[in-house]
Amino acid sequence: MLAAAIAGLMAVALAVVFFRAGSSRLGAADWAAVRFSATQAAVSALASVALAIPVARALARRRFAGRAGLIAALGAPFLLPVVVAVLGLLAIFGRAGVLNSGLAALGLPQVGIYGFHGVVLAHVFLNMPLAVRMILHGWQGVPAERVRLAQSLGLGPGGVFRHIEVPMLRGVVPGALLAVFLICLTSFAVVLILGGGPRATTVELAIWQAVRFDFDLSRAAMLAAVQFGLCAAAVLLAARWTAPAALGAGLDRPLALPAPGGWRRMADGLVIFVAALFLALPVAVLVVWGVSDLADLPAGVWNAAATSVALALVVAGLTALAVVALASAVARGGGLARMVEAAGMLPMAASSLVLGIGLFLMLHPFVAPSRLALPVTALVNTLMALPFALRLVLPAWRAAELTQGRLADSLGLVGWARFRLAVLPRIRRPLGMAVGLAAALAMGDLGVIALFASDQGVTLPLQVWRLMGAYRTDQAEAAALLLMGLSFAVFILFDSWGRRGADT
Amino acid sequence: MKAPFLATCGLMAASTLAMADTPVLTVLTYDSFASDWGPGPVVEKAFEAECGCDLRFIPAGDGAALLARLRLEGARSEADVVLGLDTNLTAAAAETGLFAPHGVAATLDLPVDWSDANFLPFDWGWFAFVHDTTRVPSPPTSIEALAESDLKIVIQDPRSSTPGLGLLMWVKAAYGSRSEEIWGKLADNILTVTPGWSESYDLFLKGEADMVLSYTTSPAYHLIAENDESKAAAAFSEGHYLQVEVAGVLANAKQPELARRFMEFMVSDAFQSAIPETNWMYPAKTPAGGLPEGFGGLVLPETSLLFPADEAQALRDAAIEEWRGALAR
Repeated sequence: MLAAAIAGLMAVALAVVFFRAGSSRLGAADWAAVRFSATQAAVSALASVALAIPVARALARRRFAGRAGLIAALGAPFLLPVVVAVLGLLAIFGRAGVLNSGLAALGLPQVGIYGFHGVVLAHVFLNMPLAVRMILHGWQGVPAERVRLAQSLGLGPGGVFRHIEVPMLRGVVPGALLAVFLICLTSFAVVLILGGGPRATTVELAIWQAVRFDFDLSRAAMLAAVQFGLCAAAVLLAARWTAPAALGAGLDRPLALPAPGGWRRMADGLVIFVAALFLALPVAVLVVWGVSDLADLPAGVWNAAATSVALALVVAGLTALAVVALASAVARGGGLARMVEAAGMLPMAASSLVLGIGLFLMLHPFVAPSRLALPVTALVNTLMALPFALRLVLPAWRAAELTQGRLADSLGLVGWARFRLAVLPRIRRPLGMAVGLAAALAMGDLGVIALFASDQGVTLPLQVWRLMGAYRTDQAEAAALLLMGLSFAVFILFDSWGRRGADT
Repeated sequence: MKAPFLATCGLMAASTLAMADTPVLTVLTYDSFASDWGPGPVVEKAFEAECGCDLRFIPAGDGAALLARLRLEGARSEADVVLGLDTNLTAAAAETGLFAPHGVAATLDLPVDWSDANFLPFDWGWFAFVHDTTRVPSPPTSIEALAESDLKIVIQDPRSSTPGLGLLMWVKAAYGSRSEEIWGKLADNILTVTPGWSESYDLFLKGEADMVLSYTTSPAYHLIAENDESKAAAAFSEGHYLQVEVAGVLANAKQPELARRFMEFMVSDAFQSAIPETNWMYPAKTPAGGLPEGFGGLVLPETSLLFPADEAQALRDAAIEEWRGALAR
């Protein structure tokens, strides 16, 4: 039902936009944008996941002070408003950044960040932590019995890798690749700013152009449909590559993974250190910039902060309900399951602009759109968050059904009791993270609200944007820091619920 | 924590009831005009004091987003007045047939002649490249000299930003058929292109770029609000392209009488005196008190460039293609 509603809403929104205007054709520049979008998203996904695997492994098998805090902090880059994140990155890697100042002091040539590699660097910064968290869940899901068996068989690190880690990775890596690919596919501000110019044009920018100057809604809808097509292709590919975890059931007893010593210990330490530095430095710069003006932020910013927190909590509630409903339908399996799963992934590739216009055209005959800014933002953000949530929760739910399903059947567990006893303990960790992500992303969202914007319910990202537009850079930085802090707090709230009692 | 959300809903209902007998004038405008730091709050207070009405702003993105929103809403727009289009958009706006003549006869202080039955200017500015005099002590004196220098600039994408489109028109107006050659020469000076003005300006303030596409009035903000004299706009010998920001009354306005009063008010001192230090542009009609002190030392271009609205629209697509071609090479 819910899946049909989501797919229906997407399709209707697209169709409404499409039929609003006559037909038109996609030009060569549009296809170039499609190619560029797909290429940069694919490279960004591969780079993010390739770098995430060693980091996740090191985090999975090492114990050190501050480890839990580090894992929690991995959410931070992903939750930054993209423009703010780009400014943080430029403070380190930019022309006037720390890196180039250091190189200049040593008399070395400058390293440029603008270009394809800059886009990939930013996407790795934003998404690698998400990939680490997704892959870390995989490591943490390895049953203790398998680890002990490997130990009693005397398997070394190589053997553990072949017999335990590779099968586990085949289950989680395609999902992580897919998630990062789809996020980067619709990326727009990062690509343009760091891409260095019109060579770096994504489909989303082409959609903007079609809507803003040409008001060519059918071309916008066609571009959005192409984006959906790319998304569908990626979902199918990922589904083909995903091997169901074949590690069997366990009794959920916690057991630390073997932590080989020697050079592997050094290597893991180095990996964690470099990753933490790469992710922490730009964020630290943003904190330093923002903190001095935090005390004298105007009242309008605090009101906006309250609105944004309320919005985030509403989205969290809606996402939790929707993802549990969808995942329970998919995890039961059957012919419909695949379609439901695909429907759940669709919003990921939705152009927020086209989705917003579709909703606008649907609602406008009945209500003044400016009265609906907040409800529509909540709805769209829930839709946008579902794909991540589903990606995170589904593997754990499937594993729970696979391992506990027969026992639950024989005990006659159905409905709420089955969910609470057999499923929830196993999906609690990804569910908490998913809902936290949904809430935090809703808090930072600027996309749809711009179209529906009204005089009521100004959100925090909009205030940051307005401060920047009014030359008030210092206050904008402080407001951005507030936004970052609140997004992170909301994320931690749900994420720590998920991790409570779990071994991370 | 849901209190603010519910309170907003409650306030909405309450304000609808309380205002039932007060006429409401709805003005669709760009976001930064209506923000706490824009002219919106001052204008609202001053107009409400004399009109016996409730002035309500609906903010929608920037100028181009405004037009897109208007086209989406069509004749059933809830707005009475649209404020914030510029001359690159007015031809398309007029084509929608949604606007009615404003009927205001005012003498304006624009550097060009203005006569348009539908659209009345409320402010204007010259596009310019802004630099930091401590880092760039002797800036280039023309676009061509800039193209031949080693300076790095940030500009805005003409497909998503109105100043970005303004630069395209600037190069076209100054160099005509040589514009493609100029873009080819400028390509290696362009550090990057941002979706909007804010990101560009922030990159410039952070020291990433030597110059940024902005307005000749930008240094006034730093001078007046921050007491910082280091920012300046470079005067270019070929002249500077103008951005003229206008408002218009919708033919289907529910409050046509109030809308016309607002247009009269728009070129009065109460509105115009708010413009320099909130929108950081030149007022369309200089108020009796003159311009703020910080505006005195600004660069004053000798030549003002501006295409008529229909010509600007006819040039746009080809100019964007030319720009994209030159920079993608």
